[in-house]
Amino acid sequence: MMNDMSKIEQGIAVDAVKIQARGVQVFYGEKQAIKDVSVEILDKTVTAFIGPSGCGKSTFLRCLNRMNDTIDICRVNGDIRLDGEDIYDPAIDPVQLRAKVGMVFQKPNPFPKSIYDNVAYGPRIHGLARSKADLDEIVERSLRRGAIWDEVKDRLHEPGTGLSGGQQQRLCIARAVATEPEVLLMDEPCSALDPIATAQVEELIDELRLNYSVVIVTHSMQQAARVSQKTAFFHLGNLVEYGDTGQIFTNPEDPRTESYITGRIG
Amino acid sequence: MADLTAGPEKTPKQGNAADAVRASLTRRNRKQKLLQGLGLGAIGFAFLMLFILVASLVSSGYQAFTQTKITLEVYVDPEEIKPEKLPRGGFKDVLQASLSELLPEVDTSDRATRKALAGILSNGAQFDLRDRVVADPSLIGQTITLTVPVSDPYDQLNKGTIDRDTPEQNRRLKDHEIAWFDQLKAKGVISKPLNTGLITNADSRFPELAGLKGALIGSFWALFVCFAISFPLGIGAAIYLEEFAPRNKISDFIEVNINNLAAVPSVVFGLLALAVFIGWFGLPRSAPFVGGLTLALMTMPTIIIATRAALKAVPPSIREAALGIGASKHQVVFGHVLPLAMPGILTGTIIGLAQALGETAPLLLIGMNAFITSAPDGPFDSATALPTQIFIWADSPERGFVSRTSAAILVLLGFLVTMNAIAIYLRNKFERSW
Repeated sequence: MMNDMSKIEQGIAVDAVKIQARGVQVFYGEKQAIKDVSVEILDKTVTAFIGPSGCGKSTFLRCLNRMNDTIDICRVNGDIRLDGEDIYDPAIDPVQLRAKVGMVFQKPNPFPKSIYDNVAYGPRIHGLARSKADLDEIVERSLRRGAIWDEVKDRLHEPGTGLSGGQQQRLCIARAVATEPEVLLMDEPCSALDPIATAQVEELIDELRLNYSVVIVTHSMQQAARVSQKTAFFHLGNLVEYGDTGQIFTNPEDPRTESYITGRIG
Repeated sequence: MADLTAGPEKTPKQGNAADAVRASLTRRNRKQKLLQGLGLGAIGFAFLMLFILVASLVSSGYQAFTQTKITLEVYVDPEEIKPEKLPRGGFKDVLQASLSELLPEVDTSDRATRKALAGILSNGAQFDLRDRVVADPSLIGQTITLTVPVSDPYDQLNKGTIDRDTPEQNRRLKDHEIAWFDQLKAKGVISKPLNTGLITNADSRFPELAGLKGALIGSFWALFVCFAISFPLGIGAAIYLEEFAPRNKISDFIEVNINNLAAVPSVVFGLLALAVFIGWFGLPRSAPFVGGLTLALMTMPTIIIATRAALKAVPPSIREAALGIGASKHQVVFGHVLPLAMPGILTGTIIGLAQALGETAPLLLIGMNAFITSAPDGPFDSATALPTQIFIWADSPERGFVSRTSAAILVLLGFLVTMNAIAIYLRNKFERSW
């Protein structure tokens, strides 16, 4: 698999491995949700996790910023390294990790606060802004990166919950990038959006790739094909196949991948 | 779906099924109608009972909101009242003299007649006069106009509660006394203004003087102490249990017991308070502070349960959003979850406090049903509370207390309705949708 990847990477401006996972197993109580997954996620790349419902792709995504820690019965084995540093090391505070690894959720979940406060929340709690002007600048920059600045610049102090679904999701993306993360995890970010809003978010993901390593879980194979450079196919808790998106969709190696892509399982 | 392929011979059976559905539909519709009818009947019954309750309270209590008073021209006789002897003096005699002026034909040489004549006035009249003269001794030697309550029997007579057709020996007032009152009324000195004394007076042995001031202030202090203790403790406990405590046997045990605590009869809390707060800690009896502590014990489970429900109702997406940005657990709880749960918490708290306001049994046990004729100066002063005041008045034999009991219940109900209205208002105002 490693050899395949080095071949695939030719032609794409990719430099380093951002996240390296080895032998990751996840248990919910007795039930094993992830069975021995090893993967290398590259910097400045969009990586898509696809697979049928319940295959563990979201669970694995949530391991990458330790969101699974909040579930009492969840247990993670194995080794996940961000820039070579073990993120499950007891010395690592998950709060610090989550500032580096931002997350966007399935359902747009702005805080019931103003648009400004939504975006400013992260920088505020992490102390990223030294002054009000500083914070204003961070908010504007983040909203611009979230491709929503033009739509909300005149109503920054209106509640974020008053926006449309697509705008809310872009606000959430802006909120996630406001803390200057290095990796952005997206858990089915478009599943609650209409096609137009989906197109806007997908366009945004493509831009975000310039600055971040983006990992996106999606149920839509078209979406994976459109936005990602790398695709990982999960099935029943296993990582079946991981490689260049073009290759996964046109010439999968594993018969299960082919079955899923052509619609026979899932 | 596979059965469809089984073909034509199934068709007659399908017809039967349609018939069966039709037949059962009538039955089902009838059942639904019956259920709806029962529901409507139950609601109607509840409304009827509520109406009867309020109507009976109003019909027996409205009399207490007015008070028969008499206006006297009182000559403050320097013979009877001497400045150097204040606050002592012959105030009663002075008042009686001015009454005699209004009823000149009454022969006051007889002591019994004098006493009966003085009985028109409330016992409090002399204290009203005394207070005015003490406040301004220059009134001695002058004639002042004084409006004072009449005593309870004359008040009842004026309000029509005493039937003039009852045989004289069965009546509180004799024929000549009724005649006196009618003469006074004809002279226009009798009035029936709004009874402000009901709110501004403390309790009294004389119904025409008895008021709720002591009970209102006592209830205020008790509720204040109850709120100050149960609100922070209840919310703190709920936040810990809901957000931070590990889910294990111990926390399950605590949860079950908090739910049980909410169902413990209130009289038990009264006994506990009597033994612990008054017996061990030596806190004063009859004090609103102890009452508040006792009520706090009862209100806390209510607040804990309401708070936990409100915290649970905050959508997990908000927690995830905050955690995903890198907020720590306490930032998530205090920055996001708690503010969103606040309307629910406040509603639960106000309803718990309203419950506490109407609670009688524990207050009886700690002695808040004492007869106290002055309003408390603070939470450690002896006092009654609204429900215990109702309890005391309901136990009193005088006719005047019958209407006062109902009036006090109406006042208590007024407070309860107001508190619940505030709870509903807060809930509607701050409720958010996601």
